[in-house]
Amino acid sequence: MEAVVVKNLTKTYGKEQTVAVDDVSFSVNQGELFGLIGPDGAGKTSIFRMLTTLLLPDGGSASVDGHDIVKDFRAIRSSVGYMPGKFSLYQDLTIEENLHFFATVFGTTIEENYHLIKDIYVQIEPFKSRRAGKLSGGMKQKLALCCALIHQPTTLFLDEPTTGVDPVSRKEFWEMLKRLKEQNITILVSTPYMDEASLCDRIALIQGGKILSIDKPDNIVNGYPDTLLAVKADQMYRLLKVLEKHPDMLNSYAFGEYAHAVFANGQMQPEALESYLHAHGLSGVEVLAARATIEDSFIKLLH
Amino acid sequence: MRTLRFLLRKEFRQIFRDKSIVALIFFMPMVQLILMPLAADYEVRNINLSVVDHDKSPYSQKLIAKIIASGYFRLTGYNASFKEAFGLIESDKADLILEIPHNFERNLIREDHEKLFVAVNAINGTKASLGGSYLGSIIGDFNADIRMQLVTTPRFSQFPVIEVVASNWFNPLLNYKFFIVPGILAILVTMVGGFLTALNIVREKEIGTIEQINVTPIKKHIFILGKLIPFWVLANVVFTIGLIVARFVYGIVPEGSLLTLYAFISVYLLAVLGFGLLISTFCDTQQQAMFIMFFFMMLFILLGGLFTSIDSMPDWAKLITRFNPVRYMIEVMRMVILKGSSFNDILPHLGIVGLMAVVLNGWAILNYKKTN
Repeated sequence: MEAVVVKNLTKTYGKEQTVAVDDVSFSVNQGELFGLIGPDGAGKTSIFRMLTTLLLPDGGSASVDGHDIVKDFRAIRSSVGYMPGKFSLYQDLTIEENLHFFATVFGTTIEENYHLIKDIYVQIEPFKSRRAGKLSGGMKQKLALCCALIHQPTTLFLDEPTTGVDPVSRKEFWEMLKRLKEQNITILVSTPYMDEASLCDRIALIQGGKILSIDKPDNIVNGYPDTLLAVKADQMYRLLKVLEKHPDMLNSYAFGEYAHAVFANGQMQPEALESYLHAHGLSGVEVLAARATIEDSFIKLLH
Repeated sequence: MRTLRFLLRKEFRQIFRDKSIVALIFFMPMVQLILMPLAADYEVRNINLSVVDHDKSPYSQKLIAKIIASGYFRLTGYNASFKEAFGLIESDKADLILEIPHNFERNLIREDHEKLFVAVNAINGTKASLGGSYLGSIIGDFNADIRMQLVTTPRFSQFPVIEVVASNWFNPLLNYKFFIVPGILAILVTMVGGFLTALNIVREKEIGTIEQINVTPIKKHIFILGKLIPFWVLANVVFTIGLIVARFVYGIVPEGSLLTLYAFISVYLLAVLGFGLLISTFCDTQQQAMFIMFFFMMLFILLGGLFTSIDSMPDWAKLITRFNPVRYMIEVMRMVILKGSSFNDILPHLGIVGLMAVVLNGWAILNYKKTN
């Protein structure tokens, strides 16, 4: 069953008609963990705000749990959980008060749905009488997730939940999402981090308001058509310059401690590239055949 | 209803958690109510007078003594020439110059009339006009005195004279505090209620909490009520504190019934809070809300009839004051507190303010969008 269906959704802003979301269509299955992956300004937040009925679309349609986002906005508001990118709980209320407040607003109690948030809540429970404004970034995220879950939503919208959170908390956060998925909650998550993409069931790569590709992370990676080589040398800056001049090269970019060089499929062997680089006076050269990541696929799609 | 109860609980919790807001709500009105009436005095005292006495006769001395004895004037110069005295005006040491001509006494007795010259420094308009008229009436009084002494009055005066004796009703001693304290209280309540509500929703917008609220099934009118009621209660508390201060510091006991007063303030506050809410729905930042609110508050206060009488305003300004809720509040305060007006007397005011409350709140609810 499809929990979220988006058809030709369009949103433009301002007099200049800046297109934020451009004819976007996708669907998310019940109980799926779906990722919207894209850089800042790609239109992720606009899509989320439309799906959570905070923003009216300029074109197209969408539904959440079979409710139209324009006509049945009331039904959607009581059945979805939304966690905005910016921390937006009451900073002057304590953890407990915030949670209690949001439970009441949805006409439920903490006790009723405690099983949903238990795993997460126990981590912040020791600080429950501390004001939300005084919490660390990771704890704020956990509290926000608890508040978004407390009314047992059918669909959860998480807008960049891990931005500005340390790597350990990020990892924990994704583990929590996996556990929630087991409760059959549909989760839509957006993130600018490509490494998080592989943790989703399916992802949509989005850029400039357009969806570039929708598939399982593995399929996207396996579908990478070109030969990818990871290159390292003592002089990284010169290495990038030299790579750029190679006649057969399709693309090259820095990637962690390596540089990634892309060649048409089967057109280049690591040894050949190594000797080419030696010939250009680079020392400490190391060339490996690399497996493409989501990031490589994304860069490929952008070109 | 349950949701509303929890919204209210949350709102009060937040208000009382912010110590500076609590201090603002309770101490600001008290301090202002105690300080402002003492300073905002309509009576002009300590007018600096410089006298140029060319006559130096017993009569001129008598006149000067009478002027100083009135208590309104302070003799800061006794000069030989007008030019010298004018120097005092230029250096701001004198506000008024009284020039007594040569042969003042002789002419007054022999020819039955004499002219005095009064020059007024009109840079401070109020001081100038009041000082001038005080001086005029003292001189007139002096004139009457010497006529009594000089003229062996015939039993019936040859000239018909109309003597006017005024009696002040509702404030017999013309105590300006009776007049200004209720007005200042009206303005304080308006400011506390209006500003707090306007800033509150905008603050939720700024912090982003409104996003979280907007995705919940809370109904618009419940949310607005949740914002309205706490500040309505607080403003009523401020009003009560103000009445207590007025009672014990200034001895002002309302002539009319307190019930009438509270009936009106209840409706009035709805209008003021509705106005604050309306502004908050138009603004995205607290700065915007603050400035817009300030703009209107200035208009409301200056066109409210507290400092200047509405009756002496030009017609177009009078028209504007009809749309000014503060005007009705100040009027009702004075009517009930000083005059003892009954509930029926303030019904027209109540009707207008009630209408404002309905329009402003309705507009605010319509304009508050959960979806953009």
